Amino acid sequence: MGAESLTGDDKSSIAELRGATKRFGAVVAARNINLSINRGEFLSFLGPSGCGKTTALRMLAGFETPTEGDIYLDGQRVNDIPPHQRPVNMVFQHYALFPHLTVAENICYGLRQRRPRPPAVEIEAAVNRALETVRLPGFGPRRIWEMSGGQQQRVALARAIINEPKLLLLDEPMAALDKKLRHDMQIELQTLQRKLGITFILVTHDQEEALSMSDRICIMLDGGIVQIGSPRELYDRPKNRYVADFVGKSNFFEGKVTSVSGETADMRGAGGISFIGHASAGIATGQSAIASLRPEQISLSRGSGDVPVTVVNRIFLGEHTEYLVQNPDLGQFLILASRQAEAGEGNLEPGETGSVRWRDGAALILNND
Amino acid sequence: MSTRLRTSLLLAPATAWLLAMLVLPLVVVAVFSFGERAAAGGYSAAFTLENFANLGARWAAFKNTLMLAPAGTLMCLIIAYPLAYYLAVKVDPKWRTLLLILVIVPFWTSILIRSYAWIYLLGGQGIPKLISTLGFGNPRLINTPFAVLIGITYGYLPLMVFPIYVSLERLDKRLLEASADLGSPPWRSFLQVTLPLSTPGVATGCMLVFILLMGEFLIPAMLGGGKVFFVGNALVDLFLQSRNWPYGAAVAVALVVIMLVTVTAYMRFTRRWAGGRDDVSLM
Repeated sequence: MGAESLTGDDKSSIAELRGATKRFGAVVAARNINLSINRGEFLSFLGPSGCGKTTALRMLAGFETPTEGDIYLDGQRVNDIPPHQRPVNMVFQHYALFPHLTVAENICYGLRQRRPRPPAVEIEAAVNRALETVRLPGFGPRRIWEMSGGQQQRVALARAIINEPKLLLLDEPMAALDKKLRHDMQIELQTLQRKLGITFILVTHDQEEALSMSDRICIMLDGGIVQIGSPRELYDRPKNRYVADFVGKSNFFEGKVTSVSGETADMRGAGGISFIGHASAGIATGQSAIASLRPEQISLSRGSGDVPVTVVNRIFLGEHTEYLVQNPDLGQFLILASRQAEAGEGNLEPGETGSVRWRDGAALILNND
Repeated sequence: MSTRLRTSLLLAPATAWLLAMLVLPLVVVAVFSFGERAAAGGYSAAFTLENFANLGARWAAFKNTLMLAPAGTLMCLIIAYPLAYYLAVKVDPKWRTLLLILVIVPFWTSILIRSYAWIYLLGGQGIPKLISTLGFGNPRLINTPFAVLIGITYGYLPLMVFPIYVSLERLDKRLLEASADLGSPPWRSFLQVTLPLSTPGVATGCMLVFILLMGEFLIPAMLGGGKVFFVGNALVDLFLQSRNWPYGAAVAVALVVIMLVTVTAYMRFTRRWAGGRDDVSLM
């Protein structure tokens, strides 16, 4: 699925970036971004820092004007519309809550900017509803600095959703939370999104976060979109090594393609070891390629086999155990063994030898670029 | 060495200095204010409230101080805020340091010399002459309250600029983005976010300028020409000319009391204005 195919004027699209490019002097922060955002979806921009994901978000919010290209909101071109006139709200990275206002005053800030200003009773009722929604009832009179990080995050969320924006933009909203809290918040955000039906756009560098929450993920690199798709599509059919590596862990083996039939290719790696699996577009017999093999698709057993290995290291992860193994031809790679699999085979200690195998079709044959 | 002992030792010089140079003189002044003038001038021990009962005789000095010190503070604020805002927010960062230095440059010359310059500027051959040449009447500036106001505003402006500059410079720009994101146009963001969050700087600047102005004596002496005098000028007169130390002491005590009352009231007010935030420090 290419980025190019996603433009169009269909009614299901709430926002669009058309050839949006943003330059800061000589630096290209966003490069020809074409993206149509569906009404009511949860979309994530995923990529390392500096990949352009925040710039894309800021162009939607109106804090950056594209150097080239256009931004559309609900069918209307908004390039020249300043942030305060866009029906879009943002949850900022460090929340950017107003320290001189109470929790309730922060939350009703957006409503109080409306002209004509809504009646005080209406504002108060809306604030109370928003506080209920983010599970902070009764916290209205509190001061911002009296709130914990997780609570501040909820206040920031309430401050944005109270305005019923067409797009809710979330800029790394969970970066400052500890792991446990982050997980709870992820579930909560997802539930909230379904309940409110607002289109959520999340910027994150945390692949787990993007995978667990999004309907679609937009993988970015160097200011451009690399691949867009559902979490499953990206995981199962990454377009290239970058995506395969960024979405989940993977092992990569270089080799030569020996045969292609339909969508399946056979690649021979070092020592003639065979990797059979789905071939990405353009893979042809005879070319050099890369096989991507997820650690959980490799099984480790005692006894000899076609691919003998020595266990180098073992990390206990609770439900799974991660093995780092060494093969004379393939070098070192990772295996993720479930507890169940281990119960059958017994676990191997570092230094012990065994063998590994994977089913035909488990690998992905990617272009070597 | 225990922490406690070390702390005491480190604080000893400051403590000794403050005791000798602040607390002791204040006690002496307080004691003197209840005494009587000795025949040849100076102090003679007594206990009388007469000095305080006579404070009304120096009413003009108190009136001038209590009107021009707040007026000067206000003038400084009105001029300094936009300047500080420009320096902190608007100006190209490569010019910022240079402009900040320009704000302090006047301090490189003594206030005495700069006040002499103002005597010429406001005197008969200066600005008034220019105004009358241009045909706008024949104003008199020197030795008026207005001249003193110009002088004190000029002299104390940098003390107002810097605290405000610091508070504006520290202001998190993302708060302004958040305000815009929530539908507020720029001018309303200024009123709702920038202004309240620069209160600490405004409060510090006002306090600094006001306290120093209450004790000012040089500028009114030079630009007020003996017609517009502050309490400071009255004190010089009482201690050095008429040598009525007890009465001078009573005037000084009255000034200290007035300052304590106004400053306390002011602190209460700004704290309430800032909404009880604990990050609002006044100094």
